[in-house]
Amino acid sequence: MCNQTVSLIAAELERRGITTVCIVLLREVAEKVHPPRALFVPFRHGYPLDRPHDPARQRAVIEAAMALTERREVRPPLLVDL
Amino acid sequence: MGDTSEFSFATRAFLKVYPWRRIDPIPWTPLRKPLAEAKVALVTTAGLVMPDQATFDNDVKGGDSSFRVIPHDADVASLIDTHRSETFDHSGIQSDPNLAFPLDRLHELARDGRIGRVSERHLSFMGSITAPGRLMRDSAPAAAQILVEDSVDVALLVPV
Repeated sequence: MCNQTVSLIAAELERRGITTVCIVLLREVAEKVHPPRALFVPFRHGYPLDRPHDPARQRAVIEAAMALTERREVRPPLLVDL
Repeated sequence: MGDTSEFSFATRAFLKVYPWRRIDPIPWTPLRKPLAEAKVALVTTAGLVMPDQATFDNDVKGGDSSFRVIPHDADVASLIDTHRSETFDHSGIQSDPNLAFPLDRLHELARDGRIGRVSERHLSFMGSITAPGRLMRDSAPAAAQILVEDSVDVALLVPV
């Protein structure tokens, strides 16, 4: 459910002019719901940035997600695998 | 991982027939400035609350769609997991809330110049919302208004 919830919130933020990027843990849900811009990560539920107490790994996942906001000439939905 | 195989049969059956909401048309806001100049906010659906905030209400039918505002100087380690779902292992976010609310990582990115600024306010939802009508009608617009007031350029949304 969390994957749908972040997607619906992201849609509202985009409508208000805020660029969003969602991390998603279920690719099949993202393919149905269509968050505007999303990074699919192949991690367990509850572990969206992979590992607790691992700042470098967490930061790597965040940077991969944030990099999607820098892509030019793309149209939604943008769904990219980590 | 990254699929439903970790869930129980009952959960998988529910997800298979659940009427997922499709966003259509898909709104799209390109980033109009370098990320190194952008103000960034976090939105988590991990159900995290600060010690002095009300927990999410597990008795709300269809899921509690309210949200909590978490300030930029919050002590991430003190955040409390009140997500109602039993479908995932909570031990990771309970041990290190940065796993789903990476405020400390965001400050590091700002310090290193990868992003411009960390927003003053960040948002925490409890993502187990099976009936998202109130979320779409009330909570999400109210949340968006807060980030608009704070002139946020980019929001990173993190589920669990």
